[in-house]
Amino acid sequence: MSKMDTQAFEIDQFLAAVEFRYGYDFNHYAKASLARRILNRVQLCQLDNVSQLIPLVLHDPNFFELFLKDMSITVTDMFRDAFVFKKIRESVFNQLRTYSRVNIWHAGCATGEEVYSIAIMLKEEGLLKRSRIYATDFNNHSLEIARKGIYPADKIQQFTQNYLAAGGKASFADYYHAKFNNAKMQESLKEHITFANHNLVKDQVFAQMHLILCRNVLIYFDLSLQNRVLNLFKDSLSHKGFLVLGDKESLAFTGVEDAFYEYEKKQSIYQRAGYV
Amino acid sequence: MYKAVVIGVSAGGLHALSKILPQLPSDYPLAVIIVQHRAKTQDNFLVEHFDQVSAIKVCEARPSQPILPQCVYFAPGGYHLLIEQEQTFSLSIDPPVNYAIPSIDVLFESAARCYRDCLIGIILTGANSDGSDGLVAVKKQGGLTLVQDPNTAENSVMPEAALNKVDVDYMMTLDDIGDFLANIILPGE
Repeated sequence: MSKMDTQAFEIDQFLAAVEFRYGYDFNHYAKASLARRILNRVQLCQLDNVSQLIPLVLHDPNFFELFLKDMSITVTDMFRDAFVFKKIRESVFNQLRTYSRVNIWHAGCATGEEVYSIAIMLKEEGLLKRSRIYATDFNNHSLEIARKGIYPADKIQQFTQNYLAAGGKASFADYYHAKFNNAKMQESLKEHITFANHNLVKDQVFAQMHLILCRNVLIYFDLSLQNRVLNLFKDSLSHKGFLVLGDKESLAFTGVEDAFYEYEKKQSIYQRAGYV
Repeated sequence: MYKAVVIGVSAGGLHALSKILPQLPSDYPLAVIIVQHRAKTQDNFLVEHFDQVSAIKVCEARPSQPILPQCVYFAPGGYHLLIEQEQTFSLSIDPPVNYAIPSIDVLFESAARCYRDCLIGIILTGANSDGSDGLVAVKKQGGLTLVQDPNTAENSVMPEAALNKVDVDYMMTLDDIGDFLANIILPGE
């Protein structure tokens, strides 16, 4: 038996230990990046193999928190993929204007950069006052950062560039207060955001939405979990509601393709087809 | 026997790949999967260009897409490209590896895990050391390893780094790599 077979077995055992002890089910994550993250952790802890992580995770809740963090570290920015945000502002928001109250679900919001991006655009388009953004993630540590809305000042230049590229109408500096080496997002934006823990692996639909953003989350799931989550979105969206995925994600190869129209292909924006 | 070729290339890639991809026929029996270091852009020049000048079909890899022979797949800019055990693609936006996203190491390590000794790994011109660890993984699993002769590379850092880490099967010029790939005969043909 090769080392790789053993490693795959060890990873399954580790995931079983995580689920047994903490109730988090990572069995339907895409295995290739999951394996990479776990092997990184083995290396960082200067261990020899994945099996050695099992006693650690079983007996040390702090180690589990560390693993959860590993599972949430991704590259993110405000207005990342500015052309997507520009299209949301110019096209999707125009459709949302017809509603007296707008519900938005940002699923897998991580540390919140994109949530504030949406809030800023809603404000500039005069929609924020009638909007409620539900920003959810399974990781409380990420949610805490999102809730605080404090980001390193050295990221502001990139944020500002993206903001302008995404069609920003004012000055990005209007939306944060600089303090020491940090930038704190304006409280008036936060009033319209509800941050909450929600695990796409096991939790249910909680409200009817006009717009759902879930960017670069499904790429970490296997096809069966992707389908579960997409069905949640399908059930949560109102008639003609919008779904925004990551720009390289699509509904191709999934089981819900027929429930959506391709609204903007390049930006991966879908619209819920009429109920049958 | 061989099922897939993975190619890692950085600075100088446009020229290097121009010597290789146009040599592959439309019914090429392997899947060819490429990480070319590049920034995230909206246009897809690289893929469109090589699709035009090559007989073999060239496209951008999509998440959950089954990997098939007779096709060249490029990693999209701004994402790591990985291969799942089921021979499908997945993407990630994990932090850069060797300052790169997509990273060659990430592709090669997951490809080695999936294809084992049915894989050919190739490192071409480039200005950093991404891909060396990936090529080690390919070799460990019994795959075939090729590196562009650094003396003929537009930028020799990447092939040299790979040669320092791996006792490779072949070191070749670009023309020879193109010939070699085009003339692979699989058993049963």
